[in-house]
Amino acid sequence: MIEVIDAQRCTSCDICVNVCPTNVFDKTDGFPVIARQDDCQTCFLCELYCPEDALFVSPFADIPQNVDLEALRQNALLGSYRRAVGWTEETKHHRDIDRSYLLFGH
Amino acid sequence: MTVRPTRADRVSAPAGSVEFDADVLVIGGGPAGAWAAISAAEQGARVVLAEKGFCGTSGATAAAGTGVWYVDPEPALREAAMANREKLGGHLQDRRWMASVLDRTYEQSNRLADWGYPYPVDDNGKSQRNSLQGPEYMRLMRKRTKQAGVTILDHSPALELLVDEKGAAAGASGLRRQKHDRWTVRAKAVVIATGGCAFLSKTLGSNVLTGDGYLMAAEAGAEFSSMEFSNPYAISAAFGSVTKTLFYGWATFTYEDGGVVPGAASKGGRSAIARALTQGPVYARLDKADGDVPRQMRVSQPNFFLPFDRTGIDPFTDRFPVTLRLEGTVRGTGGLRIVDDSCATTVPGLYAAGDAATRELICGGFTGGGSHNAAWAMSSGTFAGQGAADYARHAGPTRGRRLSSTGTVALRQRAERPFKPAELAKAVQDEVFPYELNYFREAGRLGGSLERLDALWVEVSQADAAAADDVFRARESASMLATARWMYRSGLARQESRGMHRRDDFPDQDDRQRHYITSGGLDEVWTSVRPHAEAAYAEAAE
Repeated sequence: MIEVIDAQRCTSCDICVNVCPTNVFDKTDGFPVIARQDDCQTCFLCELYCPEDALFVSPFADIPQNVDLEALRQNALLGSYRRAVGWTEETKHHRDIDRSYLLFGH
Repeated sequence: MTVRPTRADRVSAPAGSVEFDADVLVIGGGPAGAWAAISAAEQGARVVLAEKGFCGTSGATAAAGTGVWYVDPEPALREAAMANREKLGGHLQDRRWMASVLDRTYEQSNRLADWGYPYPVDDNGKSQRNSLQGPEYMRLMRKRTKQAGVTILDHSPALELLVDEKGAAAGASGLRRQKHDRWTVRAKAVVIATGGCAFLSKTLGSNVLTGDGYLMAAEAGAEFSSMEFSNPYAISAAFGSVTKTLFYGWATFTYEDGGVVPGAASKGGRSAIARALTQGPVYARLDKADGDVPRQMRVSQPNFFLPFDRTGIDPFTDRFPVTLRLEGTVRGTGGLRIVDDSCATTVPGLYAAGDAATRELICGGFTGGGSHNAAWAMSSGTFAGQGAADYARHAGPTRGRRLSSTGTVALRQRAERPFKPAELAKAVQDEVFPYELNYFREAGRLGGSLERLDALWVEVSQADAAAADDVFRARESASMLATARWMYRSGLARQESRGMHRRDDFPDQDDRQRHYITSGGLDEVWTSVRPHAEAAYAEAAE
């Protein structure tokens, strides 16, 4: 489930509020807030759309976790999914890296 | 000659609501809905697409990666592609539909390439088009939907359909969750593209898929087909949401003590995993992946590794607990019954596309998961969008039409007892999640479940309209309840094992039951039998 919005990185662009398919976030006068964590379906898409790598979705789908934000920053876990799919400037050559055709022998 | 407006018109509406006048309303903004909206707009229709979440991230495709049933138009390849799953599907597929879906999928995939989808290129320089990355694909589909002139309403779940005096679909109304108001779209035709129902099981990306479109369509009089094919379960790490069963083809499954679970496999051995899970935890390790495979897996499906990378598990060398999450009709093949090549339902002006529609025509009773469902979304979306636009064009003037709302449960004032959506959703899950009820079916257990589900329906039918904050969840849980009743009533009616539907009391396939089961009804759920096209011809020839 979504666990944290890193206030150091967040620019209040509110993209996460718009793109979350289950409407987990709310806009505020400042940073958006995780208003309905229970509704999170752990799809990781808010992370992909966050241009600042300010969000972290824990892989635990059913149980909230305590996360150590400083450790996430240091371990480069913030934004790791976005980099992997090629949605950053530095990794955009990954966008066509899909090798399913080799794996599944089509 | 006047130039036809290409956008739907926003018209004046009472305070607290917005209203649009359109030719075609598409409900659902996953791949099928996006293809339907684009296809209708390309026919000149003014289109509104209403999406419960966000068109581009919502649904089972956006969060995942999916194979696509994309086959080069060489007769031998096409023949093999059609023959490939016929036995698994219990010979309920229809060759004419398979051929037409292969054609349309080929065409639309090639359009995706023209639109800039970054298909990989193999070592021979050939563009490989039989797999799509969900986030990339759906981001592109949103862009193309907007460019086609479609008005997108995000975070706008539909609550009920509108019909005209003759009972034809004429629009819908719903909520705008982020604006805290209501929407109404008056249209000449409606496409239901709301996906299947996965019962809030958290199978990847599927918690928006609660069967809402089924309930709305049933209230307008639509029928269902193949709802007994509704019990696939997907493998995921026990703690996580990422269901990518194909990757478990490289797994060894073990008990707590390390002993191998006999017969367990992702393909053809998932029932052994289900049986083992009823006894205790089951573990997996992807120890059959060697050589280049782990690297190819990682680049092909980065999200598969998120649960592992973020918990310090190496899935190739460490054992981790797994579970099976119900995928219901998302990867089952049941859905709204389609009556012609334009994906029309039995209700005039109402069309169905994607997982909301039955996929029996190309999958029979075997899972539509992955490539076939993706192909179906592209194809049925196109057929339904064009069909709806065509219907709208011939609908004639609609001025002076008197429209009425069709919604029932959670929308009517009853003043008897309050509606409790979370409790209802849990009660339905208790009937459809357990392997001994849904995976392994049997008359007595199905009957017991149906008694409880029918009693729940009586209860919610008598419940008061849900409070404004609750109405969306109330309709979701009522949709899950209705879906479970069509599933199990159809499951009782099919007294054999065929495709994914397995009956402990009828373990074999019965040649006399090579037919489709139709179902429908709300207060009274009914089923009937329709012959398979080929079986009907054979009988006539005897």
